[in-house]
Amino acid sequence: MAASAVSSLARSAGVTARPLATRDAPWLRYTLTAVALGFLALFLVLPLVAVFAEAFRRGIGAYFAALNDPDGLHALKLTLLTAGLAVPANLVFGVAAAWCIAKFTFPGKSLLITLIDLPFAVSPVISGLIYVLLFGAQGWYGLYLNAENPWLPGLQAWLYEQDFKIIFAVPGIVLATTFVTFPFIARELIPLMQTQGNDEEYAAITLGANGWQTFWKVTLPNIKWGLFYGVILCNARAMGEFGAVSVVSGHIRGETNTLPLHVEILYNEYQFVGAFAAASILALLALVTLVLKSLVEWAHARRHAASAAS
Amino acid sequence: MSILARNLTKTFGAYTALRDVSVEIPEGRLVALLGPSGSGKTTLLRIIAGLEFADPGSGRIDFHGADVTDVPAGKRGVGFVFQHYALFKHMTVAENIAFGLTVRPRAERPDRAAIDARVKELLKLIQLDDLGARYPAQLSGGQRQRIALARALAVQPKVLLLDEPFGALDARVRKELRRWLRHFQREIGVTTLFVTHDQEEALELADEVVVMNNAKIEQVGTPQEVYDRPASPFVIEFLGNVNRFATKANPLPGAGSDVLYVRPHDVDILREYHGEHGVRVRVQHVFSAGNTGRVALIRVDNGDPLDAELSRVRLAELNLSAGDDAWVVFRHIRLFPAGGFTERDVAAEDASPAVADPGQGI
Repeated sequence: MAASAVSSLARSAGVTARPLATRDAPWLRYTLTAVALGFLALFLVLPLVAVFAEAFRRGIGAYFAALNDPDGLHALKLTLLTAGLAVPANLVFGVAAAWCIAKFTFPGKSLLITLIDLPFAVSPVISGLIYVLLFGAQGWYGLYLNAENPWLPGLQAWLYEQDFKIIFAVPGIVLATTFVTFPFIARELIPLMQTQGNDEEYAAITLGANGWQTFWKVTLPNIKWGLFYGVILCNARAMGEFGAVSVVSGHIRGETNTLPLHVEILYNEYQFVGAFAAASILALLALVTLVLKSLVEWAHARRHAASAAS
Repeated sequence: MSILARNLTKTFGAYTALRDVSVEIPEGRLVALLGPSGSGKTTLLRIIAGLEFADPGSGRIDFHGADVTDVPAGKRGVGFVFQHYALFKHMTVAENIAFGLTVRPRAERPDRAAIDARVKELLKLIQLDDLGARYPAQLSGGQRQRIALARALAVQPKVLLLDEPFGALDARVRKELRRWLRHFQREIGVTTLFVTHDQEEALELADEVVVMNNAKIEQVGTPQEVYDRPASPFVIEFLGNVNRFATKANPLPGAGSDVLYVRPHDVDILREYHGEHGVRVRVQHVFSAGNTGRVALIRVDNGDPLDAELSRVRLAELNLSAGDDAWVVFRHIRLFPAGGFTERDVAAEDASPAVADPGQGI
């Protein structure tokens, strides 16, 4: 009542209709807004603009010529392949881990949650080094390849013949990327599944559904938006990962270079147009990801509003 | 289908939810599991449903004489209704109700037309014929709970289990749905067990009430039995309002002090009293709104509070107001000595806690 009296007073006086108590002094409002916008411009917009400005500095022709570079195209393909393998792997493991943690109680649960966070806590460079130690020619994998008494002789011979390498090859890049991006999907799903509780699953079970039916018909539809969101974030990071991939890739041009590594190499060789052209592709991929993410959020909010309104 | 649970014990870590509990639910009855939160009633219901299992090696559950202790929930033939409905949000009402039929193995699954017919029949039964195409979010709480019930009934369960089915509804809808459930259960005759912490709900709805407290069953009986002949101080205190008086210590050594209980409606207020057993009281407050008149009193001799419930006609006759002095006499007293309990029906002048000799009751 008091609020409406104030607002009608304010309206009749020709000022904003917001109650006095929630209105700050103009100088404070403008300063805070300016600080926030300035920060956004400096740290987000300016770098993005700079990437495209540098890429187009010598004109559109030079830009597309740089993009047409076979090594660059290969790097793009490898990046997409890596994301295409790492994201589905994390999708399966992330959903399994979240399901396990959110729906069941078991000893060691908090340890498992901590382990899931490990890739976020450890520096990506360290993650890469761990893979080098495990799978490098001097690591356990190398020891196995050269062992006199392997536990699976057929496999060893086959791997040896194929000259199958993990480190400084594509498998290592995929492994390192998978490791670094593992938490995204699980982290997105665990709180969501925990707030949803188990009642719907229990209801399905008492109605005679088996575990598989319960998962596909009840659990999955309930988490699909969260899952999609997690996949988008995971994909963004998988395409952009630098540190861990840099350690395990070996930087072989046209073979084990992903886009982020390719950008670095070109930049170090003073090929600025090429470097920024490749960077612009990465930035574009990021923008597409962000647009997709906003679309998901928008569609989700609209669905929510529609079901709540009627 | 009768339910027989024997010697169930359930612990969660250091916490004991059920301690050697046995109960029998006769076929076709509507039975309430009544108790405060933490009394183990929901755990008992979930163990009967197969959603939880009793501690290994403890207890046994029979449905109509057949041991189902190790049968998983989906194969027990129980319908379970949750407090917060647990409807599948992404499915329409009709899909929700059909769920139990559509997940059956292909060989046992009715064809599309049979499922549709069953859904239609159930929607009619719950009086929501036209809402099949809606989503749960578009319905009210009472409608959702009825759909949850229809979904549970679609698979023709032998036993219907409801966990605080009216707990999330507002008072008016709750009353309406309660009456509807009562009628509905009579009609289909399925053995029904429901959990509630609301004594009024249990007394009004159930054929039989199982009162639970502290992981144990305190008393089993018809609503009238548990209300009129409570087996323990807990039951009398939990079922309805009651005045409690601690009397002087029991003369027997080590027996503790006895406790007397008088229901507010067994308290009569008199302006003038000349008998031996009246208690002098002072009026604190008169609540005259509601079906009956309630009066908050205070004993003049020791300052203990005391509630009385009178008809509104009687209250008008008395014309009490705060600060007045009056007398009360008790029509019915229950005495719980340390060892057991006794009950005395007394004429208005016969007894009052002021003169009750605890020794007499034993």
